[in-house]
Amino acid sequence: MLEGDSLMLNVETCCKSYRVGAFGGGELLAVQNVSFDVHPGEVVSLIGESGSGKSTIGKMILRLLKVTRGNIVFDGVDISTLGGRELKAYYADVQGVFQDPFSSYNPIFKADRVFTMLRSEYFSGLSATDWHAKLEKSLDAVSLNPGDVLGKYPHQLSGGQLQRMLIARALMLDIRLLVADEIISMLDASTRIDVLNLLGDLKSRGLGILFITHDLSLGNYISDKTMILRRGNVVELGATELVFGNPVHPYTKTLLASVPQLHTKWQDVDVTIGAPPAPGNGGGQLVLAEGSLELVEVEPSHFAALDGDGAAP
Amino acid sequence: MSLKVDGLTVYYQSLRGDVKAVDGATFEIADGEIMGLAGESGCGKSTLGKSLVRMDARMRYVDGRVELDGKELPVWDDRKMNPYRFKHVSIIPQYALSALNPTRKIGTMATELLASRDIPLNGVVDEFKRRLKIVGLPEDVLERFPIELSGGMKQRVVMVLSSLLDPSLLIADEVTSALDVSTQRAVSELLVEFRDRGFVKSMIVITHDLSVLYQIADTILVMYAGKLAEKAPAETVVHAPAHPYTRMLISSLPEVGVRYAEKRLIGIPGRPPSLLEPPTGCRFKTRCPLAFEKCAEEPPFVEVAPGQAAACWKATA
Repeated sequence: MLEGDSLMLNVETCCKSYRVGAFGGGELLAVQNVSFDVHPGEVVSLIGESGSGKSTIGKMILRLLKVTRGNIVFDGVDISTLGGRELKAYYADVQGVFQDPFSSYNPIFKADRVFTMLRSEYFSGLSATDWHAKLEKSLDAVSLNPGDVLGKYPHQLSGGQLQRMLIARALMLDIRLLVADEIISMLDASTRIDVLNLLGDLKSRGLGILFITHDLSLGNYISDKTMILRRGNVVELGATELVFGNPVHPYTKTLLASVPQLHTKWQDVDVTIGAPPAPGNGGGQLVLAEGSLELVEVEPSHFAALDGDGAAP
Repeated sequence: MSLKVDGLTVYYQSLRGDVKAVDGATFEIADGEIMGLAGESGCGKSTLGKSLVRMDARMRYVDGRVELDGKELPVWDDRKMNPYRFKHVSIIPQYALSALNPTRKIGTMATELLASRDIPLNGVVDEFKRRLKIVGLPEDVLERFPIELSGGMKQRVVMVLSSLLDPSLLIADEVTSALDVSTQRAVSELLVEFRDRGFVKSMIVITHDLSVLYQIADTILVMYAGKLAEKAPAETVVHAPAHPYTRMLISSLPEVGVRYAEKRLIGIPGRPPSLLEPPTGCRFKTRCPLAFEKCAEEPPFVEVAPGQAAACWKATA
């Protein structure tokens, strides 16, 4: 049903500014001139520290936040123009799953309410048997046993189960793009890899995924394309193996040198990548309007920002 | 021997019965040793750390002995522990980022804290300033409110405060979990520096992140469902783990360089048992690929190789 190589989501020089200060007189640029695209069956990871604007980008794509400048185009249509029925159709294609599974559920109601609401909105014409078959199919796709999770309250289920139910809910709509905002971070080590593998399986079925994370090793494991964000700017963008294998921007190198690895000590990493600079106070924090960065092509499908630090070659 | 824990058992009281969060923990920490304490959420690692300093109202001491520098720690008696806390054992609590009083400047809070413990301020305040400099904080943080500091700065303030009186044992509970990657590295390396400078004699670093422990810890103790699973030097735990749980956990961790398309990692099927009524015998047996009849009996936590202890019938390294 999907064309192999067509462009699905295109983010064009997107900016987001927040009003800050007591009377909203200040302007905080959370996202500056970010451009990238997502193809069907492609996992793009947005990696950044807190305050880098990574979640803001995800929320703008889900239309939970308005874009200040620039466009987000899905299937050739600018999503800011969508309204009413078109917007509903957009959400049938694009869904998000967020970090804390417990806060995505209303604790007063049973967890399967998320499915019931979906049914009344999108599948009101479906008969009960068809609905159940569909529900079981999508629970099966996320390797959940319907008997284990249906009819339970959120507190009776584990974080991993709740998170997988949310993914199942998104899948029921036959979505084409999933915005996964830190969906692994809350899960335990022994179960997080299952959710990651699930994303990998979905990707091979043609789902495009925007994988937002602060964890470089998770991003590296799953994604085709990686974008490193810092203070709302893209500092490096490219095929994952190039960004991780040949980091160009000093910030990317700092991040890579700081990731705790299981088989390499930090001292050994320093030899290959170079020691990170002494930590500033508040490294990942936002700054007030700063000139946006120009991306230059370092090698085919690998871009890095040229900034004041004399970064790119 | 700096710390000696023998059969420590701590339960949580709940309406439905006791939650057996720490069951028969027996281990030792040498002088100058940084021991990492790892495990999934709910495995009892924070409970074990906290019970060495202060049991909260829901926690109930059941059994066991704790010895610090040859003297017994009265962990079961909240009041008798007072002379030991802060001076001999100290903790960097899990939510250190919110441990600072928002209505006090850092300097005011520190002096009030010391005064409340009847510690003469002479010298200690200067030492506090000196150590703030060591961790890379400007002296004017004393004049600032916690809200004016970033997460990494607050974490460092709490670290300096907790270890100010040169305790024998410092327990660092999830100190790096809430921090960004680059700050995480800096804070982790400071822990090692504190040990190297002799600010603390030995340390227990509690975290769910094994890769952080591999970087800074000398030994790693892995817990599963309230029981000790394995303790060994960090290199051994990562490269030659003996317990099947450790082995599966290590191989399920994605690292920089490992990619889904090339190498698909496998998780551990199932989930940890409820600690309300934990299964008899080995608590990992339902998820363990090696389980056999004998696992119905509880495996002892014994040395399987020099310096490496594990609780598994099949763990012969």
